[in-house]
Amino acid sequence: MAEHSPQDPVETKQPQQEAARNGISRRGFLKGAGLTAAGTALLDGVQSFSSETKSSAEGVKELGPGAVPIRLHVNGADHTVDIEPRTTLAEALRIHLGMTGTKIVCDRGVCSGCTVWLDKMPVNSCMTLAIDAIGHKITTIEGIAGEGTLHPIQAAFVKHDAMQCGFCTPGMVMSCAALLDRNPNPSEQDVRRAVSGNLCRCGTYPKVFAATLDVAGSRRNA
Amino acid sequence: MKSDLNEFAALDTAQSAAPPKISVEMPVGVPDHTLQNQTREIPATEPPVWPINKDLKYVGKSTERYDGAAKTTGRARYTADVQLPGMLYAKLVNASIPHGKVLSIDTSAAEKYPGVKGVHVIQQVLGPAVLRNPSLEQVRYPVVRFAGQPVAAVAAVTPYAAEEAANLVKVQYDTMPFVVDQNKARETDSPQVFPGAADEAGSAGGGGGPADVPQTGNIHGPSIKKVGDIDQGLKDADIIVEGRYVTQVQTHSALETHGVVADWKPDMLTVWASTQGTASVREELAGFFKIPLSRIRVITEFMGGGFGAKFGAGNPGVVAAALSKKTGAPVRLMLDREEEHLSVGNRPSSDQTLRIGAKKDGTITAIHLIAYGTAGCGTGAGCSGPAHNLYKYASLHTEENDVFINAGPAAAMRAPGHPQGAFALEQTMDDLAVRLNMDPIDLRDKTDEHPVRRVERQIVRDSDIWKSRNPRAAADAGPVKRGVGLAQSVWYRFVSMGSSAEVRIHRDGSIEVLSGVQDIGSGIKTVMAQILAEQFGVPPAQIAVKVGDTNYPEGPNSGGSVTTLSLTPAVRDAAWQASQKFLADVAPALGASPADLVLVDGEVRSKSGKLQPVSFLRAAAKMSANQIAVQAKRIPDYDPKKYLTYGGVDVAEVEVDTEVGRIRVRRVLSVHDCGRPMNPVGVISQINGGIIQGISYTLFEHRLLDPNYGLMVNSNLEQYKIAGALEIPDIDVRLVETYIGQSSTDASGIGEAAGVVSIGAAVANAVYNATGVRIRQTPMTPAVVLAALHAPSQGREIA
Repeated sequence: MAEHSPQDPVETKQPQQEAARNGISRRGFLKGAGLTAAGTALLDGVQSFSSETKSSAEGVKELGPGAVPIRLHVNGADHTVDIEPRTTLAEALRIHLGMTGTKIVCDRGVCSGCTVWLDKMPVNSCMTLAIDAIGHKITTIEGIAGEGTLHPIQAAFVKHDAMQCGFCTPGMVMSCAALLDRNPNPSEQDVRRAVSGNLCRCGTYPKVFAATLDVAGSRRNA
Repeated sequence: MKSDLNEFAALDTAQSAAPPKISVEMPVGVPDHTLQNQTREIPATEPPVWPINKDLKYVGKSTERYDGAAKTTGRARYTADVQLPGMLYAKLVNASIPHGKVLSIDTSAAEKYPGVKGVHVIQQVLGPAVLRNPSLEQVRYPVVRFAGQPVAAVAAVTPYAAEEAANLVKVQYDTMPFVVDQNKARETDSPQVFPGAADEAGSAGGGGGPADVPQTGNIHGPSIKKVGDIDQGLKDADIIVEGRYVTQVQTHSALETHGVVADWKPDMLTVWASTQGTASVREELAGFFKIPLSRIRVITEFMGGGFGAKFGAGNPGVVAAALSKKTGAPVRLMLDREEEHLSVGNRPSSDQTLRIGAKKDGTITAIHLIAYGTAGCGTGAGCSGPAHNLYKYASLHTEENDVFINAGPAAAMRAPGHPQGAFALEQTMDDLAVRLNMDPIDLRDKTDEHPVRRVERQIVRDSDIWKSRNPRAAADAGPVKRGVGLAQSVWYRFVSMGSSAEVRIHRDGSIEVLSGVQDIGSGIKTVMAQILAEQFGVPPAQIAVKVGDTNYPEGPNSGGSVTTLSLTPAVRDAAWQASQKFLADVAPALGASPADLVLVDGEVRSKSGKLQPVSFLRAAAKMSANQIAVQAKRIPDYDPKKYLTYGGVDVAEVEVDTEVGRIRVRRVLSVHDCGRPMNPVGVISQINGGIIQGISYTLFEHRLLDPNYGLMVNSNLEQYKIAGALEIPDIDVRLVETYIGQSSTDASGIGEAAGVVSIGAAVANAVYNATGVRIRQTPMTPAVVLAALHAPSQGREIA
């Protein structure tokens, strides 16, 4: 089975990579671990919203299992949602906020269909708990361009027909737009690496590469 | 419901009451190669014959995808995105064993679980083959034939509650011996998947095979087809080339899983479905629940990939509808990724022994194919299409067998049977060329009479990639060896005769076109807009296109590459007739006679010059009513006696690392015909996709079943490896514009012929060219490659 080859560095997506390094990639683990050490700082932030907190033996606040109100900062606006603490960011966006542009495909961090930005960093929102996104600026596919306008990457995807069924497209757009923010002058290999985690079943990759390089090129010439 | 392919074939011969005919000249052939005018007798009501693409304004010109902005902004609403007030989330309970009887199903704990609104126990499973003699099994619940077969379902107010409650459903099984290995299943002492003969009546699921065949144990077949005298053909051969070829099971792995949102109201069942056929979903629901078609509405606004597996309501559809009926609330049932791998279709495997007999000059005297393949607990593993339809032969004998195993039933998958069949046929042809010391293109020129592939081969012959091929195999000295190979593909013209569309002109000058057809990503919406743009002389973006709803005139189910060739003539006919009605309607107000008016470039003009040109917009304001609406239905092909096929030639350049067994596909040249290319950029997208899916199938994808437990061990997307961005070659697509004079648009299809048929064999032939070793097995993983490279027989037999 050919996985990503060792010589092909895969674009990093911070939270998942930490988990992957430990050989654990299941959201179930995140759900169990989300409220321990790494979550302590968040809990302080959550506490003021929570109506159902209680103290554990270690003095760490626990939430749930029932729904708790949390505040998420999405696309420049604050949203308060009542969610069970195990809710992923993808689920919170789709089910609770009705932002269904973010797609859930594999639901375990291997296809990047659910890519959103946390403070400009692309992450798999199916592998990120909603409570872990508190205090971060979340940007979704609905928020990368102004109302009624297209982000240059979106426009280039349309121009190059970089989509077929379109189900991977939001995730592809988020990965490619983030790449250009980090690296305004990417090579085709850079683009390939940036979307190496984005699965497309229709086989639209060549046009994704072309669209992204086109935007980079026209920015250079501008 | 009959299988789609059978349905299409039957429809081809349909005759309608004959209207008066006129004689017209139509372009036929390939521009710059074989183009000429041919006479056709066509109904007098047909629109004027279109010239070839270069003389059209919108059709044949690359046009931005109609819904491109909706898809790139996340605005596009797929079935998975539908949320209705009060909607419940459903979760299936699936069999945890590969074979056995269900003794009891205890739903009491699930029913009491907080948030649960309804539980449904499945009494009829759709998909698996059905016993010819049902009395062989006296059971209360459907017998489990594969791990993952749905048993029950729960609907609850949240997805979590549904999942947790589903886990509380207690199913007691009487387990039975099982078999998941195709070779073991063929043995006489193998566990039996069915206690007697069973057939999969071609289903809405797109699978199914012949029913009038013998069955011995798990072997359903053979289905035998003969042409000429095979014994004589083999006797007449100067040389016989033989090989055994084995291909794996592939799953469709569409990104949007199968699923529906069903809203059962007393007077109307409304279903949002992730489907390739809104009409097929409606039909299956009507049949299952015994309700009239008129009381069911199926909507598919956007669809996240199907590749052949998404026809009919299927188990998710009927279960969600049943739960909605039971609970009085809309119910969403989208499969999870594991269920998608297990239970809703796959491409059958194949194990083919193919012999080709030929004369020294390459003339084929005999093609002899014995094939076994597994479609799980369904049928449809036939793969003889390429053997029958690519080359000229004096005799042919094919035997196809379905081998039942305890795995999910197959479904149609992009060019059913053809990637498998071509993998064997096109490697054997390559082998024959080697043995005859002939150029592979010369050999095909000798034996392939298709006029368009002849042009395509010439393009290949003149290409850089082909010229870079060293005719001597294994010519590179180093451990990484480069090679180039080619293979050909074939697909057929199936016309879905019910295909209909309606065109409406409004008094404000706006125009819309409606059809029940669903856009599965192949871009039919854009093509519909182009056709109206051509007729009315306005840019395609100004046309409103409404599809994916059974409230609109019936569209074709999108399988077998039928959509564009079936629907576009109806769209054009409706647009033409609407424009004629429009001119007749506004002529008096413009002070002209209807016969003097034409609609050109968005203007109403008078042929006699009596009238100053009037913009379409101003003319529309003079309509006598608010709307002119015309519906048209597909008429038969102009010359339906012609049996037409399409195809292409694909060339692959590979690098084989002979030390680690890794194959990299570096470059692909893909030369294809699809009749009149309606929207070239969209056609190229589909061919890119066919090539990439084909490479993924050839090198990576493999459904792995554990023989000890009968479970799929890689039912996810990290261990079920699909080609990603780092494995994509440079793909050069050349469209060979072809006219056949068959309809008012003269469009054809591309989805199946698009590379997916031939690229596997092209890669394998390139590997042979690189290494001198033939790999007769997919996926060509490093382990398979190394085994072949080091086999004493140099890969001539399967390890």
